[in-house]
Amino acid sequence: MNVAKIWVYLSASPLLWLTATLGAYAIAERISVRLDRHPLANPVLIAVAILIGLLKASSTAFPVYFEGAKFVHFMLGPATVALAVPLAENFAEVRRNLIPMVVALLAGSATAVASAVFMAWILGADATMIASIAPKSVTTPIAMGISERIGGLPAVTAILVIATGIIGAVIVTPIMNLFGIRDWAARGFAAGVSAHGIGTARAFLVNPLAGTFAGIGMGLNGVVTALIIGLLVALFG
Amino acid sequence: MIEALLILLMFQLSGEAITYAAALPVPGPVLGLVFLAVALRVVKGLSEKVSGAAHGILSNLSLLFVPAGVGVIQHADLLAAQWIPIAGALVVSTALTMVVTAATFIFVRRLLVKAASGKNGAGT
Repeated sequence: MNVAKIWVYLSASPLLWLTATLGAYAIAERISVRLDRHPLANPVLIAVAILIGLLKASSTAFPVYFEGAKFVHFMLGPATVALAVPLAENFAEVRRNLIPMVVALLAGSATAVASAVFMAWILGADATMIASIAPKSVTTPIAMGISERIGGLPAVTAILVIATGIIGAVIVTPIMNLFGIRDWAARGFAAGVSAHGIGTARAFLVNPLAGTFAGIGMGLNGVVTALIIGLLVALFG
Repeated sequence: MIEALLILLMFQLSGEAITYAAALPVPGPVLGLVFLAVALRVVKGLSEKVSGAAHGILSNLSLLFVPAGVGVIQHADLLAAQWIPIAGALVVSTALTMVVTAATFIFVRRLLVKAASGKNGAGT
């Protein structure tokens, strides 16, 4: 039996691309650790680049890839539920900061949507792209739902959300230092509200308390953005 | 491990079922998060059961975004055609949101601390 036949057999099963996804991530993690968790060495960015290289080199279509990768994608749901654990563990700290969190959430949520729409519009994006960008700071499953309701393309939104998360994870440490914001709760919360799960993953790497507040910021921002945009559509849609 | 995963899935399932049945604008897993947070405060011993698996998943949260990220190849043309507004909107908006959120958080907390100490000061 030749290699081509083995390839044809393996590429028809989800096993190959599931393995490749975990492998690419393992390599990305190693690179990130080796570079002392430098913000630019973002594991999602590196893993995505490796996998796109593999898909191009093997002329594999995305749906074939996703047949295997969907098992990983599926875990986003249980991972969201799992955010309840650090939330409950840091309940006292969360309760102490409840009012600052709620006010910061409303300010951040409104800023995220308004500034994204304004910038996209002024720089000449079309209406479909503007609708796809609007929910970019919200975690993937929520953002895709919002995008669909307001006339965007959910699949494009998913990519913009991931890109936002990577940008957020890359800039959060330098930008917080630049503005002299040293409080872990504030830093983490801002990472979660602006850059959802990828910002949260970065926050957990830097400081556990920052990670907890990031998780709360991400969860709350998902709910608030869904409500704000739902309300706007009900009023003007 | 299996028990922990079962607990997470059950809470997600209940969240999904209720958001669908009541047509709530909140995604199912977020409602599941709220239910689990309440349950962890109320039910004794639940925390020990889910803690290990939950922290395990969360410490590898980045992995879960990889498949959707690879989806960029499906829409490369569309994204390339409008890359300037996209890049501008994402970078400016993300940075601005981050600063506004953190600054508001710190500002409101200082205001609260000042109000509280003001009250105490008036009493003495």
